[in-house]
Amino acid sequence: MIIITILAVILVLGGLFFFTTATIGLLRLPDFYCRMHATGKGDTLGALLLLMGLAVYNLHHGFALGTIFVSIKIMFIAMFTFLANPTATHAITKAGLDCGVEIWTKEE
Amino acid sequence: MELFFLIITLILSFLVLLCLYRGVFGPTVLDRIISVGVIGTKTSVILVLIGLIYGKVDMFVDLALVYALLNFIATLAASKFFRYRKSIMPGAQYLREKGDK
Repeated sequence: MIIITILAVILVLGGLFFFTTATIGLLRLPDFYCRMHATGKGDTLGALLLLMGLAVYNLHHGFALGTIFVSIKIMFIAMFTFLANPTATHAITKAGLDCGVEIWTKEE
Repeated sequence: MELFFLIITLILSFLVLLCLYRGVFGPTVLDRIISVGVIGTKTSVILVLIGLIYGKVDMFVDLALVYALLNFIATLAASKFFRYRKSIMPGAQYLREKGDK
């Protein structure tokens, strides 16, 4: 059971790193498209890793049937985020392109 | 291990506060939509973490699933609205002025 705890800690810390990166990108990057670039990938991977870590840690008491079902449900949330977050990113980017938001270029 | 999850929850809450800056002061409307989506994803993760801290994961997992679905639908609806309206009002003006310089 110590292996499950160590694996869960590694996955959770990895997810927290990607969440922090996505937040820094959202705050610091200059343009709407650049912020989209930061959050669309960092947030998806962070949520996937963190929820995977929590699903693994949920099994540390033993492999009862109810516990396995709860872990599968947490993995459902992770897979749904993995599918839905890029779709939302694509929709917002298409809205920005159709509204005519200009792309940031480095000014001299 | 509950202390570890509590610290992770506090760090995620701090990141939500940082994202709220972009939601309040973001120059265009689309920045605010991105910020709301990011906050929704973090909230969905925070709900599962709270369930693990309280020891009632089976109840909080359903709440997190519903929150993820609602967040996706809200983001999609807002982006479709601004796409068919063909303008983002305060932000478009801001970007046009910035482009003239």
